[in-house]
Amino acid sequence: MTERTVPTRGTVVIDVDACKGCDLCIDACPPGVLTMTSHELNARGYAYPVLSPGCTGCRICAQICPDFVFQVYKYDEPIDLVVSE
Amino acid sequence: MTEHEGHNIVPTDRPPSQPATLVRDFTPDLIDVGTHHLCPGCGEPVAMRAAVEAVSELGLVQRTIGVFGIGCYTAFSNNLDVEVLQALHGRAPSLATGVKRAKPDAFVFTVQGDGDMVNEGLQEVIHTAARGENVTCIMLNNGVFGETGGHMTATTVIGQRTKNTLDGRTAEDHGHPILLANMLAGIDGSAYVARGAVNNAHNVALTKQMITAAFERQVAGLGFSFVEILTMCPTGWFIETAEAPEYLADNLAAVHQIGVLKDIARADA
Amino acid sequence: MSTRLLEGSEAIAEAMIAAGCRFFAGYPMTPFTEVLEHMARLLPGVGGACMNAESELEAIGMAWGAAATGTPAATGSTGQGLSLMQESLAEITLARLPLVVLNMARAQGDYFQATRGGGHGDYRHIVLAPADITEAVTLVQKAFELAFRWRNPVLVFGDYYLAHTATSVEIAAPAPDERDTSWALDGRSGGTGRAKLLSPLGAFKRKNQAGYNLATHYASCAEATAEMTAGVMPLVETESTDDAEVVVVAFGTPGRYVRAAVRALRAQGLPIGYARPITLYPFPSEAVARACAGARAVAVYENNQGQMIDDVRLAVLGAAPVSFIGGLSLDSSGFGIAPDLDVQVLRARIEEVFAR
Repeated sequence: MTERTVPTRGTVVIDVDACKGCDLCIDACPPGVLTMTSHELNARGYAYPVLSPGCTGCRICAQICPDFVFQVYKYDEPIDLVVSE
Repeated sequence: MTEHEGHNIVPTDRPPSQPATLVRDFTPDLIDVGTHHLCPGCGEPVAMRAAVEAVSELGLVQRTIGVFGIGCYTAFSNNLDVEVLQALHGRAPSLATGVKRAKPDAFVFTVQGDGDMVNEGLQEVIHTAARGENVTCIMLNNGVFGETGGHMTATTVIGQRTKNTLDGRTAEDHGHPILLANMLAGIDGSAYVARGAVNNAHNVALTKQMITAAFERQVAGLGFSFVEILTMCPTGWFIETAEAPEYLADNLAAVHQIGVLKDIARADA
Repeated sequence: MSTRLLEGSEAIAEAMIAAGCRFFAGYPMTPFTEVLEHMARLLPGVGGACMNAESELEAIGMAWGAAATGTPAATGSTGQGLSLMQESLAEITLARLPLVVLNMARAQGDYFQATRGGGHGDYRHIVLAPADITEAVTLVQKAFELAFRWRNPVLVFGDYYLAHTATSVEIAAPAPDERDTSWALDGRSGGTGRAKLLSPLGAFKRKNQAGYNLATHYASCAEATAEMTAGVMPLVETESTDDAEVVVVAFGTPGRYVRAAVRALRAQGLPIGYARPITLYPFPSEAVARACAGARAVAVYENNQGQMIDDVRLAVLGAAPVSFIGGLSLDSSGFGIAPDLDVQVLRARIEEVFAR
């Protein structure tokens, strides 16, 4: 298993149970760091997004989301997240 | 990081512990409660959020009265922390007129769908524009009657498949779509007419600018302002939610074109 | 305060303004048109707004919007225009808004439209039917008071005669009444977490529960309607009913002719009585029943095919036979000039009932 660092400038808080599984955030995210769960469902029965390293805090997920799922933060200083593959 | 569904998932259940700035909250000031029963992937809440953000940013909330038509978005009026007057299908422009004439200091906008505004209420919005009524009408255009299940409206584009045009709208059988923003731009009395969309972040930002400009024209007393907003309706379009932004671009926006169609505040530019 | 010779339309317009009406919207239609003309002329001078609506649909819509701000508002038309307004009238009632609505009617065929409501669903309007211009002035002012007290539309049932005849009237502002307009919209509850809602679908925003609950809302509207029906004093004019063998019932302008016919017959010694409902809703059933209690026959005159007669029958409840001495009486214009509105004609019909 190799490891690398991914500079990450932001992060989100995801209101899992608010999500209706529409997938709009997945395609909209410019760094492509959102993925829908494939086995887990929220309390409403929908798949929901989970976050990978590399978020830029651009807020596009929150702009496109019809269900107010995202709260977006920008780190004061970018952090490095370690990714193992 | 936790092992979750896949590798390398970042925890997102709480704010970050590292120093960070909140750059966007779950809901804007004027949306109390985000929970609603509109379909997954519906563009209407996205448009409504832009509208109330503009109300808030322009400092208008304490004199704002929103007049709602009837459609899926009607239920969403419950989520907004602005005063709401509920109208009948198509009739919001005349109610908005009554509010504004009785209380000229009020800031008045309507929220209506395409079925509401262009089918039932076409004469109302045209007359309101012609009068130069100092209100802002907002049309959420998804090319279908969403609430009743996805039927053809006067804005449905040729070829669009709906519940009652299952083989696709044809001009011979069903006539042509009405491009309302274009029609209103040709009416003296309209001060600002624009058409935006919420199918991608760029368009959401652009639409927010259009709404803000329209609201500013009302505050300046320049006359009638109108923002048409193309919204996704995967349910009404019989497609997957993730396909809706492209469907909107390829089908609706190809006919109902995005842009600022009239702006008398910039007429000399 | 002075007595002036005024055409009915003008008197009604001035009376509304004296009662505080500051918004009017209308579309020209005979015999309502002159009320719109007068309101257009007079309202700006008192800081009010009069809109020349592009159709009756815009008229009722604009009046609805103005009413929602707590501004005393009115609109009107004649029967056909009222027909167009019915959906909105039903919904304005469910939104619990005060509104005065004039039907300057052609003849009396709109009785059912007015009292049953031509709109969908179950709702009630208070309906006031003046018989002359002086009474119209009083009732139009009372209409605003009732509309605000019960948060409900009030219909004033006029006609061509009221609109186009003239009489000497005094028009004064009515005594001020207490009004709670805390429900009215002005924007100020926005952003407080408790922003107001005025809607036929609900009385308040159900924030924690998405959508509307029509069952709850309609039930509370029904309660308010029942309170209103019980709380409005039914008005009726009666004359010489104590010992009457035949009682004649009529409403509006024809009531005056019936009254004159009854007086003429009384002068001849015939025991005839007269009752004129003034509130068509709530219908003065008890008063009509009392007036007819001793009679052996009840006759109803109205310029239609028989509408109020249903309410009279319900009031009398079989105590005496109720017969119809009215009918459609129109001149070629259809505006409601009635050839048989003639004291001699009415006397003959009443005598025929008496002779049975």
